[in-house]
Amino acid sequence: MNSHPALQLHVPEPTGRPGHKTDFSYLRLSPAGALRRPPTDTPAADTADVANGLVRVLDDQGRAVGPWAPPIRPERLRQGLRAMLRTRLFDARMVLAQRQKKLSFYIQCLGEEAIAVAQAQVLQPGDMCFPTYRQQGLLLSRDDISLSELICQLMSNQCDPLKGRQLPVLHSYKRAGFFSVSGNLGTQFIQAVGWAMASAIQGDSKIASGWIGDGATAEAEFTTALTFAHVYRAPVILNVVNNQWAISTFQSMAGGEGSTFAARGIGYGIAALRVDGNDFLAVHAASQWAAERARNNQGPTLIEWLTYRGGPHSTSDDPSRYRPADDWQHFPLGDPIARLKQHLIALDEWSDERHETLQQELQAELLAAQQEAESHGTLLDGHVFSADAMFDDVYKELPAHLRRQREQQHTLGG
Amino acid sequence: MTMIQALRSALDVAMGRDDNVIVYGQDVGYFGGVFRVTEGLQAKYGRSRCFDAPISEGGIVGTAVGMGAYGLRPVVEIQFADYFYPAMDQIVSEAARLRYRSAGDFTAPLTIRMPCGGGIYGGQTHSQSPEALFAHVCGVRTVMPSNPYDAKGLLLASIENDDPVIFLEPKRLYNGPFDGHHDRPIVPWSQHALSQVPSGHYTVPLDSASVFRAGTAVTVLTYGTMVWVADGAVRDTGIDAEIIDLRSIWPLDLETIVTSVKKTGRCVVLHEATRTGGFGAELVALVQEHCFYHLEAPIERVTGWDTPYPHAQEWAYFPGPARVGAALQRVLEA
Repeated sequence: MNSHPALQLHVPEPTGRPGHKTDFSYLRLSPAGALRRPPTDTPAADTADVANGLVRVLDDQGRAVGPWAPPIRPERLRQGLRAMLRTRLFDARMVLAQRQKKLSFYIQCLGEEAIAVAQAQVLQPGDMCFPTYRQQGLLLSRDDISLSELICQLMSNQCDPLKGRQLPVLHSYKRAGFFSVSGNLGTQFIQAVGWAMASAIQGDSKIASGWIGDGATAEAEFTTALTFAHVYRAPVILNVVNNQWAISTFQSMAGGEGSTFAARGIGYGIAALRVDGNDFLAVHAASQWAAERARNNQGPTLIEWLTYRGGPHSTSDDPSRYRPADDWQHFPLGDPIARLKQHLIALDEWSDERHETLQQELQAELLAAQQEAESHGTLLDGHVFSADAMFDDVYKELPAHLRRQREQQHTLGG
Repeated sequence: MTMIQALRSALDVAMGRDDNVIVYGQDVGYFGGVFRVTEGLQAKYGRSRCFDAPISEGGIVGTAVGMGAYGLRPVVEIQFADYFYPAMDQIVSEAARLRYRSAGDFTAPLTIRMPCGGGIYGGQTHSQSPEALFAHVCGVRTVMPSNPYDAKGLLLASIENDDPVIFLEPKRLYNGPFDGHHDRPIVPWSQHALSQVPSGHYTVPLDSASVFRAGTAVTVLTYGTMVWVADGAVRDTGIDAEIIDLRSIWPLDLETIVTSVKKTGRCVVLHEATRTGGFGAELVALVQEHCFYHLEAPIERVTGWDTPYPHAQEWAYFPGPARVGAALQRVLEA
């Protein structure tokens, strides 16, 4: 007789569904300042404590505490605050523009602004990011990328730098170290490793920064990237943005139950950190640690950024169908903008009045940029790139069959 | 040179001329490749120019896309074409689309070498001819040589081309031409004029077919090992066929094809790959579109059967000279 019980398939579920509260105890938080800051040449296996704990700098009173508190001037923090606010206001306005049918689709990064913005402050000109569609903070933290040009891409209009070929949000800015975003998840994570290998092959001093979400860590490229980064000791920062949700799917379905995404790094021989992604100072400090490692030929770093996707997955998504409506308000790591603002005010380097003034300035800048972009048309009013442009750039030069098809398009239309 | 030596020479020349050319893949470095194509390159150019890779086709192609974005010119190897499938996403979604989706901001000037084709008792996973899967992908070029001279010239042209190139190498032809008469002794490349390969730099242009054998009775459109099988069938039957070696599968040289079929009025399409949805279907469609009023017979296709590549039934599967000869007869008699 079989003495074993009937086997059961385990299918992970989030604790909070619509109408219920999420139990966030699964996050396994550490108090601010509690974790040590190991030297950057620490062997991967010795980073287990920082991969399973949580690196945090800002405490509940907005004070910077512990060994990870970065030496950073208030001016830099104000720049960071401005870039985060700019990103959030940009997102809000583009969601509105999508609702007004001025663009077809948008993806916001509400609640995740600190991660891209603080890492952008650490990276240097010439470094290359391989972002997902939720790192617009990398672009919006730069004043040399025109807002109206970004909006032209979102509107796919006559001035879209990508000539109307690409979905909104999938930007490409080589000059800003922002690799072309693909719709295929995870693909850029291994490409970041390859770019870093190239920099090492050439004896360069540039580093790469790869980005992936919690859900996409289940894609093969995630583990492939870790293997290659470890094998070739590639100068790359491997960022996992754990915002708890992959569309409607809770992070436990990506393998997060009972383990951290940072811990994956150690299994692959890669030093790893698990960091409060809503703590601007912690993001800055951890990014700096990883960048220093990479630049010193000490190898790659995997960083899990713990955060929460404050908004819907995209403008085509309704999160009230699968998670509590007020979930973000209960997320224990709060709002990155509010927390940095609190810190700066505690330092007497900021005030509610300055915040309000900044917000008005940014809104005015944004409004002007949107008006400028709209003057070049929108997708829906048909002011788009010519159909001829559809055939360019498939290959470096137009091959004979595409020349024929372009002519056919002229005479036959769509 | 054999085809192996010619390919190695191409890599050597490319690496010598351009520091951005990087060669890697499984067993490619120290060992010199399971088919010896990269032998000696690591010793000559160092481990940062020619190196071994983990067994991960997606990783090999994915890192190459990243290197291309940096500005290198990677030439990577997939050990057998049968094993490229894990890299399909990186090839189709990334390498092929990068220039287009970024409006030229980023490019992927990589070459992906893959030994392909059957006739070697390779069974299901050492014999496949997946060229149709690549021809369907806009943004990549697909190339397949049939002899040492073209192998070197086409590989150099592929490496120097700024588009991603799938470079398929018929392993059956690595050491000598093969006309499908498996019961006869194999003649090495050294006894063939096409093994006369210059040691220095030269290219064979992409998008350009070659008339392998001029003829007047019927046009045979083919590439890779089947060029030699078609030649064997011509010798066996005495039919004066014109054999076109496409060399570049896509984009292809339509003009050479159309000129030939308009002259002969008859056409046989020949490939090892399975029939349905195979590249032959595209060739048949192109000939039908461009040569309809010159055709005097239906276009025939001789291909592998629509089955996985078997082991024991190798010669019943492989489209040999008898099957090709019968098709030539049918087209002439139609």
